[in-house]
Amino acid sequence: MISISQVTKSYRGAPRPALDDVSIEIDKGEFVFLVGASGSGKSSLMRLVLREDIPSSGSIHVLGENLVGIPNRRVPRFRRNLGVVFQDFRLLPNKTAAQNVAFSLEVIGKSKGFIAEAVPEVLRLVGLEEKASSLPSELSGGEQQRVALARAIVNKPAILLCDEPTGNLDPKTSEGIMDLLNRINLTGTTILMATHDRGIVDKYRKRVIELSQGKLVRDEQGSGYGNK
Amino acid sequence: MRASFVFTEMGIAIRRNLSMVISVILVTFISLTFVGTAGLLQQQIGSMKTYWYDKAQVAIYLCTATSPKDVCPQGEASNDVQATVNTRLNSNTLKPYIAKAFFENHAQAYKTFQNEFKNNAVAKYVTPAQLNETFWVKLKDPNQAPIVIESFSGLSGVEQVKDQRTYLDQIFSMLNIASLAAISIAALMLFSAALLISTTIRLSAVMRRREIGIMRLVGASNFYIQLPFILEGVVAGVIGSLLAGGAILAVVNYFVQGYLVQQLPFTSFVGLGDAFTLLPALVGLGGLLAGIAAASSIRRYLRV
Repeated sequence: MISISQVTKSYRGAPRPALDDVSIEIDKGEFVFLVGASGSGKSSLMRLVLREDIPSSGSIHVLGENLVGIPNRRVPRFRRNLGVVFQDFRLLPNKTAAQNVAFSLEVIGKSKGFIAEAVPEVLRLVGLEEKASSLPSELSGGEQQRVALARAIVNKPAILLCDEPTGNLDPKTSEGIMDLLNRINLTGTTILMATHDRGIVDKYRKRVIELSQGKLVRDEQGSGYGNK
Repeated sequence: MRASFVFTEMGIAIRRNLSMVISVILVTFISLTFVGTAGLLQQQIGSMKTYWYDKAQVAIYLCTATSPKDVCPQGEASNDVQATVNTRLNSNTLKPYIAKAFFENHAQAYKTFQNEFKNNAVAKYVTPAQLNETFWVKLKDPNQAPIVIESFSGLSGVEQVKDQRTYLDQIFSMLNIASLAAISIAALMLFSAALLISTTIRLSAVMRRREIGIMRLVGASNFYIQLPFILEGVVAGVIGSLLAGGAILAVVNYFVQGYLVQQLPFTSFVGLGDAFTLLPALVGLGGLLAGIAAASSIRRYLRV
């Protein structure tokens, strides 16, 4: 599903590579926590999986696509199989919850009929059917992140990338989001979640991949956040 | 579905960026008006050329009593001179080139002069004797005027042989310079219009960077992301060029046809029909220029 092999990523002017000879295999349906201090290379890894960047050396295969060799014009179609959630939600402030979700379907050319069915369904799944016509400014942080999640999964992606999805949320709200992610994972979606949230990683006991200064230092099933 | 979405996005972009879009419209409007004016001038030159070149003749002016003594030492041309010119015009060497030739005596010349300068003070002072007796020669091919000029220049009793087209060429070269000036101004303005469009589109893209970011994340195709911006530029360019077309039509209708035609009744001027033929070219040019400027601008923005 995600196959990262001996990947090094250097940025110009940086003293050391952001990722240094990293190899990771992630199978279908897995739930993986990606942990490490700021600057350890988590975000660089996410960007590579999204094909926002190309590794300096090594190879990445995601969903059968060779991300080093894929031509630019095929990248949009590749990304339709991925969902992404960020710490800062990235909702459009002038669109309602439902419009935000619909927007991501409109821009990939889905039909009106499909959108009219899929949007309410996914909002029900994340528990926001009541708030469908609220603007982001009228929603709490946790609700905004649910809208973002709804947007990420409405097109039924095979992989969901989460970049510190609970970073801006209080522990109780975070727990709600984690329950949701767990449920999404149970339907077969592979989840790769970068996080600083020690409590969550320790509680859910999933596979944990730890990066430190660009190197892979730990890859354990059913592990916790670690000592740092 | 797709189309309505693209147009909605374009509408939002234009509304948010309205002042820039208006400035783009105005700059394209003014620059294309100059382009259209240059086009009209060229059409005017063309129509005047066919009209006047057709009328223009070679004039063989015979000496009068008041002609300068260095060209006409013997004063008023005698009947012999008239006969000589007439014979030569009808000779086998010249005849094949000539469509028509006729002689105008003092009295006829005076009548024509009084007609042409009806409201001019000079008409009162001129006497028939001062006006040259003239052979008017109309050639089959106006470009062969030098043959006639060669044959009669220097003939005693002939004051001057003049191809009337030389007068016209001065007017045409002035009109040509005017249309060249209009084209140069238009080129400068079009260049600034292109820069303004690409700045406008970039600004529009920056204002919508959240949307663009999400579109790229969820896998919208590049074409789909770029299209509303390109259309935004094209719409502004086309509106500007339509305004320019309107201005050109108004100039032709109210100034040329409504004013010049009455002031200068014996000249043929461009009409609305000529102006209408310019319209598609103006709109095409405006739309194309704006589309190219917008497309290259949004491509550069998205690459970074």
